[in-house]
Order: sequence, then C-alpha cells, then structure tokens
Amino acid sequence: MPDVFVVSDNILSPLGLTTAENFEQLTNNVSGIKEHDEPNMSTHPFYASLFDKNDGFIKKGDESIYTKFEQLLIASIRTAFENSGINTRDKKTILIISSTKGNISLLETKMYNLSLQKRMALHTSAKLVAEYFHFANEPVVVSNACISGLLAILVGMRLIQSGQYENAVIAGADVISKFVLSGFQSFQAISDEPCKPFDQARSGITLGEGAGTIILSSQKRYARGIKVMGGSVSNDANHISGPSRTGEELAGVINKSLQEAKMVTSEIDFISAHGTATLYNDEMEAKAITLAGLQSVPVNSLKGYYGHTLGAAGLIESIISIHSLQENLVLPTRGFKQPGVEKPLNICRSLLHGTLQNCLKTASGFGGCNAAVVFGKSGTILNYKN
Amino acid sequence: MFAEKYINASCVISKNHVLKNRKTVFENKHTDLNEFLLSVYNYIGLNYPKFYKMDNLSKLGWLASEILLKDSFRTEIYGPDEIGLVLANANASLDTDLKYFETTKDIPSPSVFVYTLPNIMMGEICIRNNFKGENAFFVFDTFNADFIEQYVNNLINNNIIQACIFGWVDLLKEDYKAVLFLVEKEKNEQSSLFKHDNIRKIFKADNG
Repeated sequence: MPDVFVVSDNILSPLGLTTAENFEQLTNNVSGIKEHDEPNMSTHPFYASLFDKNDGFIKKGDESIYTKFEQLLIASIRTAFENSGINTRDKKTILIISSTKGNISLLETKMYNLSLQKRMALHTSAKLVAEYFHFANEPVVVSNACISGLLAILVGMRLIQSGQYENAVIAGADVISKFVLSGFQSFQAISDEPCKPFDQARSGITLGEGAGTIILSSQKRYARGIKVMGGSVSNDANHISGPSRTGEELAGVINKSLQEAKMVTSEIDFISAHGTATLYNDEMEAKAITLAGLQSVPVNSLKGYYGHTLGAAGLIESIISIHSLQENLVLPTRGFKQPGVEKPLNICRSLLHGTLQNCLKTASGFGGCNAAVVFGKSGTILNYKN
Repeated sequence: MFAEKYINASCVISKNHVLKNRKTVFENKHTDLNEFLLSVYNYIGLNYPKFYKMDNLSKLGWLASEILLKDSFRTEIYGPDEIGLVLANANASLDTDLKYFETTKDIPSPSVFVYTLPNIMMGEICIRNNFKGENAFFVFDTFNADFIEQYVNNLINNNIIQACIFGWVDLLKEDYKAVLFLVEKEKNEQSSLFKHDNIRKIFKADNG
C-alpha cells in the first residue's frame, strides 16, 4: 500500500486564519473562549469560542451565495491549497467534507420548505464547495458525530491507500447557533466557565466554531514531512449518549491504530485526546489510555483553546498535533490544574520541548463511536535533520 | 487478487412494503409512517422496549437490520470488532432536527436532541447486536453504490472487518427508504456476488 503524506493544512478559527497564527496563539496560551451574551442563542450568557459577527471569510460578492458554514470551508480549503501543488481538476483528487450539523442554523432564520430542505443538505454544501474549486469528482460527506473529522482523515487515507485516488482534500467545519447550543444545554452538558479537561473541577463542554483542512497525497514529492501511519474506528455498543463504562472500545482502536502503524506504545511521544471536560468522557478516556498502556505518555486536550468544534475538532486538533511534531513541542492542556480522573494520566500542563517522532490523536462521540489516528515523521525528515 | 465477497442477505423497506432477499415478507398499505413502523415492529415479534424511544430514522434502520440479519447471520462466528456498519443517506437527521427545533420554542428536549445525528442509528444497531467494529456514516444526494462498494471492499480486503452491514437509510417526514445489505466472505444459498450492479438491482427491487 502506498504511504500517505500530509501535503499542507489550514486552521481557520477565532484564534487565527492560518495554521501558523493558530499555533502561535496556542504556544502563547491564548484561548478563543469568551463569555457571550446573545439573546438569540441563549437566554443566559455562555462561554464559547465564536467568530466575530463582522468577520468576513471570502470575497464580498460571494458572501450572498455561500452560507457561513460553506464560507468557512471555502476559506480554509483555499488557504490550504496555497503553494500545495495539488490540482483539483485531476480525476485522482477527491474532496471529503466533515460536519455534524452543517447549515442547521438556517432553520433559525428561514421558513422551512422544500427549497430550504435542499439548501440545508450537507451534500448541497459539499457540491457548492466542490464547484467553487472545480473538483473533477463528486465530493464525499462524512457525518459521524464528534469523530467526523478523524473519520474523514481515515476515509482519505484509505481511499489513497487503495489506489483509487492520489490526493485527498479533507475539510471540516461546524457553526455554533441556538440549535446546537440549546441541545447541549438541555443535556446539562455546558460548563458555566471555560472548560477544564481532565481537571477535578471540570463541569462540562465549552463549544467552539472553526474549520480545518488537511491535504493528503501518496505522491513521493511530499515524502519529506508527516505521514498518516494508521487509524481505526469502533463502536461501544453500550449507550447512544454515554461513553463506554470500561474504555475498552477506545483502547481497542488505539491498539489497532498502533498495529496498523507498526508501532509499539513506547514509540508514541504524545497523545492529543478528545478531552471534552465532561465527567464521563474524560474518565472513559483515562481508562482507555491506561488499558492501551499509554498512561505515562504526555496527553493534552486542546478544548481549552478552541472549545469543542464538533465536526472540525478531529481536523483542527490533528493539524495542531502535526505541527507539534514538526516544532518538537507538546502543547499544554489549558484549564487543567488538579488531576480529576480515577486513572492517573500524564496530563501536559506546560509547553514540553523534546524530540518528537510520532503522536496519537483520539476522538469519541454520541452514538458510541471512537476513532484514533497515528501521525509520524517520515524517514526523510529524520535524515534531513541529522 | 483479493477473495470474492458475497451479498448474503438484503432488506428493503419502502412504500409500506418490506422485502427480504427480494421477496415480499410484510406489507401494510394505507397507514401513516408511525403506524407502519409499529406494524413492522409487531411483525418481527421481538420485545425490545428501546425501540419506542428511538426517532423514526433509527426505528427504520433498526427494523431493516433486524429483518436483514434474522436467519441470515451467525453473529457467533465473528468477534464483535470484526463486524462493521457503513451507512449513508441524503437527509442526515433532518427529520428529527425539525422536531428538535420545534421543542426549542418551548423547552428544548435532550431526548430528541440526541437523535439529531444520523450515526445514532448505527449506535442503536450496534447496541442491539453487540457490534463493535468500524462505523462510518456518509451523506450523498443519491445512493452511491460505487463508492460504498469500494469503501466496504477496502475494509474487508485489509482485514479491518470480516463482515459488513451497509446500505442506505433515508427518512424525511412521510418519505423513506431503507436498503440494507449483508456482505461476507463465505457464500450461502441466497448469495449474489458483491458487485455494484447487484447492489443497484437490489436497491431498485421496490421499483422506486
């Protein structure tokens, strides 16, 4: 099977318009989470990482054609394309879109009818984005709760490994509106302060907006950087809205991802966990990481910077992890102070410098789904540095 | 070369009509969707109280999976993580999204909100059968047999899973269609080759 390389990437978030801007903000411990008082979203103030209402993402004239969700995707993909050398018109290039709720906010401002139904559909957005960039192939949409972004990377990896495509452009986004916020509030899942992943005093999720794009390729000319080494998906078969009691199923995908990457646990230099800061998620993840034998490996959750960006989370957090590998710098878990999970983990609290080779990214979501992906430096970069 | 794979069972539910392996097994004309789904549940004769809590999309997908697997699948020959689910539809969870959005005008309902993701249906099928393997949910405007065939092929060829339930489960208000397939490496007397033209033929078995 061909190797799968990361060609380029982009993060578009309230913290910045490029991956470099985002990474710098994180190393300076800046968070996008703020208190918001938006009566059309919530009867009471809430914490979230949101774009400014006046933020523009694409050309003025195009703003009336594309929804905010689609604008985020277009802006992120366009930046990722810069200097990538990837040709969208090539039959060997596929576009994969990841989102949980896409254009759902249109329900809040428009009358529902047949034309709105069509306009809202995820496949409509994917087509509009594909047409914008003149992709030759029909786009693929992944919508699999909070693992959507990681699953989309795995789908891209597999489509390249099978030889069906040479390049995959994987972009994810979600917009926070009343629909999503009220839902998590109804679950009593929203923290009344910025989220505190893995902390003793954690009290729930903080939501966030953002988009992320990763371009993957099997072309040897991209072999100088980061490789997608392997990954896996599982279902808990336990509960639709609560995680596994044992963490076995997340541990299972971690083990399978390591096997696919032909690695042992000691070769993982850090873990970027899902770390939503709900009681149950963080506890389950700690059990899973311990079951997989990775309890001494530095772990971070990036939710304290971005909030939970839903369908973009797997992409944004993978991109930060890829740049952590490149910069040899593990980022801390913002919001974490006192260990608060039963199984002790090595939670990263401050910037950690070291020679990093490989990392593991995990995610879990409603419906009992889990995913893991291993990223690593390809051999070429080592030789180059030596 | 990879070994051949076989479609060992199929189930189509549409137009108040249920087909198993392309033969009509149940029909209940002139009822609305809620009544029809309940009548299919009564037809399969299983006591599964979780059914009543599901949204309509999950009910439809879950019923199709029950009929697909009954007498056609030996769960015990596989490990839980060797069985995968790959589903797709056009409207994601829009049917329940609309219902949840109505509740936000009064008191937002957490039990409705949890179903505002299409992959919850896969969670329900996994819970019922203790399936713990690969899951993927895709959204296309129409059933993309070629893509799904290639994706499932790839999962089985690379031994990521040994058996897969895949197909299309779409539901919006009174319009619905579920078509599920069981693909395995060993054939049985009902088998057809796992190829996109066979997938398409079964998909159109309801003449829809």
